[in-house]
Amino acid sequence: MNPVNYLYLAALLFTIGASGVLIRRNAIVVFMCIELMLNACNLTLVAFSRMHGNLDGQIIAFFTMVVAAAEVVVGLAIIVSLFRSRHSASVDDASLMKL
Amino acid sequence: MSATAVHSLWTRAGEVTTAAPGDKFTAPTIEYAQLAPVLIVVGVAVLGILVEAFVPRRARYTTQVFLTVVALAAAFAAVVGLAAGGYAGEKAQIAAMGAVAVDGPTLFLQGTILLVSMVSVFTFAERRLDPAAHGNRVDSFAAQAGAVPGSDSEKAAVKAGFTTTEVFPLVLFSVAGMLVFPAANDLLTLFIALEVFSLPLYLLCAVARRKRLMSQEAAVKYFLLGAFSSAFLLFGIALLYGYAGTVSYAGIANVVDGTVQEIDPALASTMGNDALLLIGAAMILMGLLFKVGAVPFHMWTPDVYQGAPTPVTGFMAAATKVAAFGALLRLLYVVLPGLTWDLRPVMWGVAIVTMLGGAIVAITQTDIKRLLAYSSIAHAGFILAGVIAASPEGVSSVLFYLGVYSFVTVGAFAVVTLVRDAGGEATHLSKWAGLGRRSPLTAAVFAVFLLSFAGIPLTSGFSGKFAVFKAAADGGAGGLVVVGVISSAIAAFFYLRVIVLMFFSEPKADGPTVAVPSPLTMTTIAVGVAVTLVLGLAPQYFLDLASQAGVFVR
Repeated sequence: MNPVNYLYLAALLFTIGASGVLIRRNAIVVFMCIELMLNACNLTLVAFSRMHGNLDGQIIAFFTMVVAAAEVVVGLAIIVSLFRSRHSASVDDASLMKL
Repeated sequence: MSATAVHSLWTRAGEVTTAAPGDKFTAPTIEYAQLAPVLIVVGVAVLGILVEAFVPRRARYTTQVFLTVVALAAAFAAVVGLAAGGYAGEKAQIAAMGAVAVDGPTLFLQGTILLVSMVSVFTFAERRLDPAAHGNRVDSFAAQAGAVPGSDSEKAAVKAGFTTTEVFPLVLFSVAGMLVFPAANDLLTLFIALEVFSLPLYLLCAVARRKRLMSQEAAVKYFLLGAFSSAFLLFGIALLYGYAGTVSYAGIANVVDGTVQEIDPALASTMGNDALLLIGAAMILMGLLFKVGAVPFHMWTPDVYQGAPTPVTGFMAAATKVAAFGALLRLLYVVLPGLTWDLRPVMWGVAIVTMLGGAIVAITQTDIKRLLAYSSIAHAGFILAGVIAASPEGVSSVLFYLGVYSFVTVGAFAVVTLVRDAGGEATHLSKWAGLGRRSPLTAAVFAVFLLSFAGIPLTSGFSGKFAVFKAAADGGAGGLVVVGVISSAIAAFFYLRVIVLMFFSEPKADGPTVAVPSPLTMTTIAVGVAVTLVLGLAPQYFLDLASQAGVFVR
């Protein structure tokens, strides 16, 4: 199968993720959409790696997974602490500093 | 490339093996001496984690402060040693198998970041400002970050005298990322360094002692938007990798310039595809411009600066900007000089809206931290004008401006921590009315910082702005200089308004008090004032230093 198709798929997933971040209101769902964007990046990297026949892209994909895992740890800690003090994880409710 | 050829990259099928399995693998060479500043900071950060685990609670604060300051000082000594050893000039080289460049800009920015972090850490360690809780001196950080605000567990934690001493290792991890960020010489290192310095910052934003809801809200906003922007950066990296078949800066630059040595068929099919290059470069720039807080990627700045604990805000405003502009410079000057003309209109647009947007919106602000946040956006615009100059003078003027601006910023936020009322820091501007009559010294120091931000002659802000605008004008960006001067004038209006408010209006009866800080915060503020005056009156030595440091290794 032509690896270019994977690039189209990855671009589509990235777009879905990005629009999800902008549209969805629950911090956890927003965060999941960001993870989807990171995974779309991984797919792009691996597809390009296959096309170029070198391993750089796959190595980067491993690093991305580790970064994504670290981001989950930090992000969930922050979101959960917000949820516990407000009983809401909506990003619209977090508006103390709006002018 | 055929399937078997690709397959042979990670399997041993079809390979005629005569050599021993280990022969094809050459061990990487790491230049530990050149990486010493980063290694020292990371090492002590790990040590700090162990301190959290094993040292009794009573002794942790002292141990952590001591370790952090020693680590930053040792790393700075290592940077000075490398610079004295010629790595800023003729011995500049690429270390760690092409991952990190050790050259003039790297060492200059690493030195700046380390010094700025050191004075910020002094404000982190300040324990004289808040009234003692149950007989324990407290700093700006929550007794226990995990406890729900206002709950019994929080009260118990305060009563027991807990403090979040984890902030010190977190700062060190963040500083380590910042040290690598401007030195990164391939896109993977760039991304990892970005995450390494961002993740601790997200956490630091969330651990304020006072106004905890605002602090947590700032952390969520910073985290979500920061992760969003780094996803864009990563997709840009993926596209540039697709375009060039490599992530090393020099390799990509070769493909962009068309001077690549050997072209395999797969590369030939993608390197003609300018869409990959342009979209990839734009996305990476987006990620970096988010970190420097340029309009239209600035939305997080005011909220995060306002909600984060003020020492963290000062650290973030100063050190992050230095690191991110360093990475931006290297990207534009080393990887994408071939795209200078394609990117010029975009960068012009971003610089203009950043300068004007920051300055105009700042006028309407009523909170001192938000005001400083918008002022930092305007300053990002001024620095961008120097970045666009695309000349050696552009690089050195940006380096100089970053050095100047970061110390003044840390000093200004340190002053903000001093003005307090019953609810903690009194950040609303109306509370600052008449501060000059109540405590003339504090108000005078703050006025010096504001004048430096405004770029009044004889302050460091003037020498910085002059250098940047001169480089931009010489680099053919005269229009930007005109816009820059206009927005400087607009910005001067609101800086002077704060000064007028402090000195020429009557103090209110229920106004805030100015806390007397320990020598720690005093040092931070004194360093800020000293840098402002010395670099304002006699900038030449430091301008020379910056111009010697302004050559990238490739």
